[in-house]
Amino acid sequence: MSAEATKVTTEPGLSVPAAPSAVIRIQGLVVEYPARGFGQSATVAVKDLNLDIYQGEVFGFLGPNGAGKTSTMQVLLGFQPPTRGAAYIYGVDVREPIARQRIGYLPELTYYYKFLTAEELLRFYGRIFRLPRAQLESRITAVLKLVELEPVRKRLIKTYSKGMQQRIGLAQALINHPDLLILDEPTSGLDPPGRMQVRELIHRLKTEGRTVLFSSHELGEVETVCDRIAIINRGELVTVGRVADLVRQYQMDLERVFLKLIGYQPQPQP
Amino acid sequence: MNVILCLAAIVIKELYRRKDFYVLFVITAVITLMMGSVSFFHEANIVRYVKDICLLLIWISSLVIAIVTTARQIPAERESRTIFPLLAKPVTRGQVVVGKFAGCWLACGLALVVFYLFFGLVSAAKEGHLPLGQYLQAFWLHWATLAVVISMALLGSLVFSAPSANATICFTAVVAIFILGGYLHKLAALQPPLIALLLLLLYFLIPHLEWFYTLRERLVFDHSLIGWDDCLLATAYLAAYAAAFLFAAWLVFRRKTLTT
Repeated sequence: MSAEATKVTTEPGLSVPAAPSAVIRIQGLVVEYPARGFGQSATVAVKDLNLDIYQGEVFGFLGPNGAGKTSTMQVLLGFQPPTRGAAYIYGVDVREPIARQRIGYLPELTYYYKFLTAEELLRFYGRIFRLPRAQLESRITAVLKLVELEPVRKRLIKTYSKGMQQRIGLAQALINHPDLLILDEPTSGLDPPGRMQVRELIHRLKTEGRTVLFSSHELGEVETVCDRIAIINRGELVTVGRVADLVRQYQMDLERVFLKLIGYQPQPQP
Repeated sequence: MNVILCLAAIVIKELYRRKDFYVLFVITAVITLMMGSVSFFHEANIVRYVKDICLLLIWISSLVIAIVTTARQIPAERESRTIFPLLAKPVTRGQVVVGKFAGCWLACGLALVVFYLFFGLVSAAKEGHLPLGQYLQAFWLHWATLAVVISMALLGSLVFSAPSANATICFTAVVAIFILGGYLHKLAALQPPLIALLLLLLYFLIPHLEWFYTLRERLVFDHSLIGWDDCLLATAYLAAYAAAFLFAAWLVFRRKTLTT
């Protein structure tokens, strides 16, 4: 474990470790998927990835489809073990469930128990985080107000519109007052007010000193909200740095920087 | 423990909000009630026969509820992708397995309480007495038997990809144990040495659920209680098998890569 690793706080929403310790530390991460058929070789999704993400920053994790973003996030969230290397969240190996005590995770698409009401869903997740009962009820009300679902808190989730279901996703990601929020394509499928709401939330979390790891293909949005970005392509880290520095260095907007770094060649016009 | 109880509560909540669960439940309750309340010419043998059929129906319904409910728990979580927000919380896969088991077992226990209550009340109304001890033992060991069946179905749900395939295989295996389990050692004696050895191994490996099915005879024929120490030993036997299946389920689940 890293020397900079900070002590774990098991109670959610409590002490935020002092900067500049790495909130997320990825060391020599390799993710391989075994061959699916006879004569096929294993697929290497992530090759020797090293990355540090610090307290209080909004970090964009970018790459084309199949670059290894999802595999990296799956390792961070404990959905799969690394083939080699290691990853730590607040100094705790991601293979330990306690590493996820201070995380909020919003998946790209909304997947929740549709037979529950919004408040039941949040109560379930809150109890998993072991929030004290009194604190949990007030927290449920607060996050439902934040995502503007308070008036429909007793309605079954299956009766919600798509936008409402995405907002309940945001609410569940915030229920434990996370110090680190992992957002996987948080604005995909959202209408403009929904996108604005997510942006405002990210700004708010940043001002509270929380860390946001954010994967997106919407580079304009990344340019607006992120402090630093990493670009990954074919499993390898291409670059990592401040958005402003990259834009200045290449003298072009982030989208063109991204396309240049992943080696995109425009198709010749017929 | 808190996480396991939360997961169990979700399983129970899902069951009582789903309509299909009630169908089998209501059918069994109504048939038990109707058959139990009919008295054919006050002939004791016929009354006992009807009681036997009622108890057989209760056993079949409880097995169907246990297997069908359990077989779809984890596959449904994976299919609807609710497993991802869940595992992104401080939850171990072992807790998911035990939580699902606890939820299914408690739900089956609730159904079983109602079945035995119906049966017991109707029998008591006709016969004028309620042998509470026998009912308690029959209920408890029936419920403990379901723990083995549920843990077996949970393991199957992690091995077989389709819940329907798992349910069919589990139901076939359980019925085979009920019908053939007690005869394997006798069959072994009639076979060549190698087959005999395999049959004997199978005889000593499988959970002998059929032993517990015979408890219904104590209710049908008004037999006396079995010793409570024997009851405890039988519970330990069933708990050991349930624990072994759950351990195997955890071993399979912890190695599974879940891709979003």
